Amino acid sequence: MIAELELEKAQTETKGRSPAQDAFREFRRNKIAVGGTLFVLLVVIIALGAPIFAPYHFAEQNNLNNREKPMTGYIVTTDHLPDCHWANTPLEWGCTIFFAGSDSLGRDIWSRVVYGARVSLAVAVVASSVALGIGIVYGTISGFAGGAVDNVMMRIVDFLYAIPMLPIIILMTVYFKALSRAGVDTGVAGFLINLDRMAGGLLFVFIAMGALNWIGMARLARGQVLSYKQKEFIEAATALGATNSRIIFKHLLPNIIGPLLIAESMAIPGYIFFEAALSFIGLGVNPPTPSWGAMINEGYAGIRSNPHLVLVPGLALVFTTLAFNFMGDGLRDAFDPRMRGKN
Amino acid sequence: MITYITRRILISIPIIFLIVLVTFLLVQAMPGGPFDYVGIRVMPEHMRRIMEDRYGLNEPMSVQFFRYLGSLLQGDLGPMLKLRSQTVNDIVSETFPVSIQLGTMSLLVGFAIGIPAGILAALKHNTIIDYSATFIAVLGVSIPSLVLGPILIYVFGVWLGVLPIAFWGAEPPFILGFLPKPTMDFWTHAVLPVFSLGTGYSAGVARLTRAGLLEVLDSDYIRTARAKGLRERTVVAVHALKNSLIPVATIIGPMLAGAVTGAFITETIFALNGMGRRFVESITQREYFLQTSLVLIFGVLLIAGNLFVDILYAWLDPRIRYD
Repeated sequence: MIAELELEKAQTETKGRSPAQDAFREFRRNKIAVGGTLFVLLVVIIALGAPIFAPYHFAEQNNLNNREKPMTGYIVTTDHLPDCHWANTPLEWGCTIFFAGSDSLGRDIWSRVVYGARVSLAVAVVASSVALGIGIVYGTISGFAGGAVDNVMMRIVDFLYAIPMLPIIILMTVYFKALSRAGVDTGVAGFLINLDRMAGGLLFVFIAMGALNWIGMARLARGQVLSYKQKEFIEAATALGATNSRIIFKHLLPNIIGPLLIAESMAIPGYIFFEAALSFIGLGVNPPTPSWGAMINEGYAGIRSNPHLVLVPGLALVFTTLAFNFMGDGLRDAFDPRMRGKN
Repeated sequence: MITYITRRILISIPIIFLIVLVTFLLVQAMPGGPFDYVGIRVMPEHMRRIMEDRYGLNEPMSVQFFRYLGSLLQGDLGPMLKLRSQTVNDIVSETFPVSIQLGTMSLLVGFAIGIPAGILAALKHNTIIDYSATFIAVLGVSIPSLVLGPILIYVFGVWLGVLPIAFWGAEPPFILGFLPKPTMDFWTHAVLPVFSLGTGYSAGVARLTRAGLLEVLDSDYIRTARAKGLRERTVVAVHALKNSLIPVATIIGPMLAGAVTGAFITETIFALNGMGRRFVESITQREYFLQTSLVLIFGVLLIAGNLFVDILYAWLDPRIRYD
């Protein structure tokens, strides 16, 4: 066992692979993680090219075909054909089929699921960037400054940790939505409301998730900074007269960013769930923008007769989070040296 | 330890005060009020003024707030503004037990499935048992109750037709104020909501248990225990297990709070009369006192959950000393 380790070490040294290369090799060997990553990429492509992958716009109604079962015909009238994205292409036959059925307003479920991927991915990207950005800045300042500054900043975090954020954020979202409905468009609130309208009702979801999730990230970043601050190379840099900003940007951040990114990638399924949950209770996207959570809300009451109204967006949600989970687990295992060679 | 707990409780008093203050102001700042409509018709101006007078809603905010605080100290959570035949205390005493029962049972399910599954996976590391347990666990954390609930309803309620798909099987009066009468009706009604909420917990617990146990089994003192010639069962059960559960303990606090506050999805899907659903529903109705009181209860639960976890830590890891 020890001999093997020595040999492996010797090989590594002669070849001179960087830790990132090592991790990448490890990641590639993990078939499930690679599969998850490919699926995530597929969802990204579908979301970006939604008008190509969806035959109809998400709000396009066909009142002749309410609550159709999957794979049934779309009664195409001359009104609708020009609206079909696939009209006058080899895919034109697709315009006449509800691949995943239609909802109670005669909208194509498949098209709505495809457009719904945009919402879920936007949330995944924006929420994790916000949490990561605020968390790193806050945690690094707190950990690097130390002393009284650190103490105060961490007490604030502790305080926020003791607050039931979810209900308060729900209340704030309701507050802004109510202002928006009351037609307020002046001052700070008006600015936020207009921004929210531009984001399809997602702005408050983003704010909510940023507010909820930077706390954990800040604690993690602070812990990382504290553990690296004691290391010899930082001491060396200080001894050579490096400025604080140089130490932070050149020496600390490159070292701590990896674990934080991995932690963030593992948090993405939570963000997707959270958006779905908010949309489910009607506090997420503004109708008719489709979100998987909102679609489940529209369908769950009628599950006895039309299970596909819930199952299709539900499965999209499950497969996407599954793929993100596999990818996150694979990244964690690949970058954690303790896991190396165990599988 | 006792001084530590006392200090924590004293610290939480200003936190709770701030929570109540923020919620109270936020709720009242919302446009519209509880007396805007009678049914679907707009309430006449003079009638609305009488109603607002009666509940003191037209007094300055500070007066209202301190009066509310005063009534809180006397155990009165305030009046209901729309559902005027009840008080907030009535609502809480009928919804709080449901939420607690649902939350506790799904946490128990989470640990009862998660810990054994995690131990099994760690002991059979890199075998087919480990791989399938890990896979099922990832699947479990990837299915939100939002999707699992309707699927369970469809399979067990509609397709097989063996379990009830809505409502909670226990009603007030509860035993001791929060325990259900353990009738058959209660258990059958509880199965689907508890599992739709508990599956995610059990998967999360299983993952943490597996990772924790694997790490502990690799450590030197376990090698020593094995070298002493202890039976594998003793090594795992006596030496390894307790330490491997420390990471699991970290999520109990958020889980305790989440099982009650975050259960509004499950409560909505299964039409349970719980606090989460009441909270979400009351928002559109501008039930000022109900909303503030529920946020207050959520806050107290969260603080209690975090305190419980810290005490649990000290028990699991005697090196941790609070002073």
